[in-house]
Amino acid sequence: MSKKQTVIFRSKPVITGSFSIVGPKEGKGNFGAYFDKVIEDDAFGEKSYEKAEKKMIESAIEGAVKNAKLKPEDIGLLLSGDLLNQIISSSYAARNFDISFLGLFGACSTMAESLAIGASMIEAKLFENVVCATGSHFSTAERQFRFPLELGNQRPPTSQWTVTGAGATVLSKQGKGPRITMATFGKVVDWGVNDVNDMGAAMAPSAMDTMLAHFRDTGTTPDDYDLIATGDLGKLGSEILIDLMEEQGIKLGLNYNDCGQMYFARNQNTLSGGSGCGCSATVLNSFIIEKLRRGDLRRVLFMPTGALMSTTASQQGETIPGVCHAIVLESDAEVKHQRVIVAQPTKFGTKNVGNEKQETEKITTTTTTSTDKPTRAKANKKE
Amino acid sequence: MDKKEIQKRNEAYNRYVKARLPKTKAWPSLFNSFWVGGVICCIGQGINDLILLWFPSIAEQSAWALTLITLILIASFLTGIGVYDKIGKFAGGGSIVPITGFSNSITSPALEFKHEGVIYGICVKMFTIAGPVIVSGVVASVVVGIIYLFI
Amino acid sequence: MYYLWVFLIGGFICMLGQVLIIYTNITSARILVTFVLIGVALQAFEIFDPISQFARAGINVPIIGFGASLAKGAIGAVRAKGLLGAFTGGLEATAGGIAAAVLFAFIFALIFHSKTKK
Repeated sequence: MSKKQTVIFRSKPVITGSFSIVGPKEGKGNFGAYFDKVIEDDAFGEKSYEKAEKKMIESAIEGAVKNAKLKPEDIGLLLSGDLLNQIISSSYAARNFDISFLGLFGACSTMAESLAIGASMIEAKLFENVVCATGSHFSTAERQFRFPLELGNQRPPTSQWTVTGAGATVLSKQGKGPRITMATFGKVVDWGVNDVNDMGAAMAPSAMDTMLAHFRDTGTTPDDYDLIATGDLGKLGSEILIDLMEEQGIKLGLNYNDCGQMYFARNQNTLSGGSGCGCSATVLNSFIIEKLRRGDLRRVLFMPTGALMSTTASQQGETIPGVCHAIVLESDAEVKHQRVIVAQPTKFGTKNVGNEKQETEKITTTTTTSTDKPTRAKANKKE
Repeated sequence: MDKKEIQKRNEAYNRYVKARLPKTKAWPSLFNSFWVGGVICCIGQGINDLILLWFPSIAEQSAWALTLITLILIASFLTGIGVYDKIGKFAGGGSIVPITGFSNSITSPALEFKHEGVIYGICVKMFTIAGPVIVSGVVASVVVGIIYLFI
Repeated sequence: MYYLWVFLIGGFICMLGQVLIIYTNITSARILVTFVLIGVALQAFEIFDPISQFARAGINVPIIGFGASLAKGAIGAVRAKGLLGAFTGGLEATAGGIAAAVLFAFIFALIFHSKTKK
């Protein structure tokens, strides 16, 4: 039997705070209503896009710490990474905080990598509170990996749109909120794809590898999760993953989706979907954590993938290696609350829109009365 | 798995991915590149005719040079105000192949790397895309010149 | 009436570029290089001028024209000055275009900023 890649956290580190910040195009995308902050100008008032990316990561960290009702002094460790050379956005953002810093590079998988390491640190009782952050910017990624913005070229249909956005999560030893119960550390997998415009196909095998390892190590099946979310495989990549898993005898059903594929609206011309560190990070820190807090989702397998390539390596004819880390998040909310449905007239008749305000009021009442008992009981049954 | 098996698996996977690639309809983009390219050439012809009209004594060669310079100016300006990349997205080859595409490929990196300073940004990066064009053109023309020396 | 020829031939050449993009996925730098080399070859085999007679801007505006004038300059200078001409001729003939592209790029880079794609 092959060695285990999955760790199970007995202390179940808690997500006490989260923050997501995105650019204007992302704000108009499918998760627009969930983000904590949508900036209007994607230079974010800065002179260059690199500086804007740094500032976004900075604000995400600040926001997450504030949401956790903590102060920077309470945070033991900052784990962060991004796509730029020498992960400058993260380290330059970190210099403004009085927090120990570990820089990570996992390309677009950084969010899961940082959470997995952060949760391990808390499990080992080394730190009480840890911040995990990452971000990306369309314009900085575009010029580092592809072409100048003003060059009049066409993007091939498999290319993906790097998300302008940053997300940060505060992990704590105790508190209220969704918990991280397991993490699967992925291996670097390379199946010989060398098309830099087709990242989804390059990363799908690594997602398959980690997913198989996770199911094998934990004895779970896809049906044990309300949502299985890969990071940025895009439309093509997630279809490939479904095929690959089917070949392995595991069927991914309706509970499987890809953050990059869901990210943008159909009319936003993003071809194969979103990508970049910010893609999975902002979806996790807005939509997924929000749904876990409400109890709409009970158990989520979050597994962003990263393409560990550089332009130098691909110009030298190297293929693209991928890596995928998975974490399991569990809700601690007591019961599923009733969703209030309000019909609103639209161009095509009516559509059902949740009445957000009323809803949030309801949740606060349910979560304040809830305890950790049900989740524990459920988890015990599993064990 | 040994190396041979890995190679076999990778080849099979690449074949599979190739088969899964989304099929784009070629005709609309070919049509767009055709008519945009045609229009750009007609604009060039119009400029050339105007130059010949205003300066009847000008040599044909100089008239063409002036025409190209005017087109380069227009394309460079359109790149600066952020219009040329939109034309390029629509027309593809239609706006890359004309001399205006050459101008765009010089202006766009110059704009992009402005923040790295005038010397290391604008001047150094200006030829990141157009450099190969000038290099290959000059090398080929010198070779052709030397061949003509002997025939 | 020759505008029709300009349109058809110019459009056809650009469409060839698009065919390369769709079926070989090559980048714009490679397309430009390919067409410059085609231009040099057309001039070297003396096919360019007969086409240029009726295609006019249709073949002079595409980057093929740039390649052709590089070769034409080199060939002409070789006949006038000998070996030295092979080195000076090409760039001499295209100096206007290159200088203009560099100058305008420099000026507009100082004035404008690059904008994010929407």
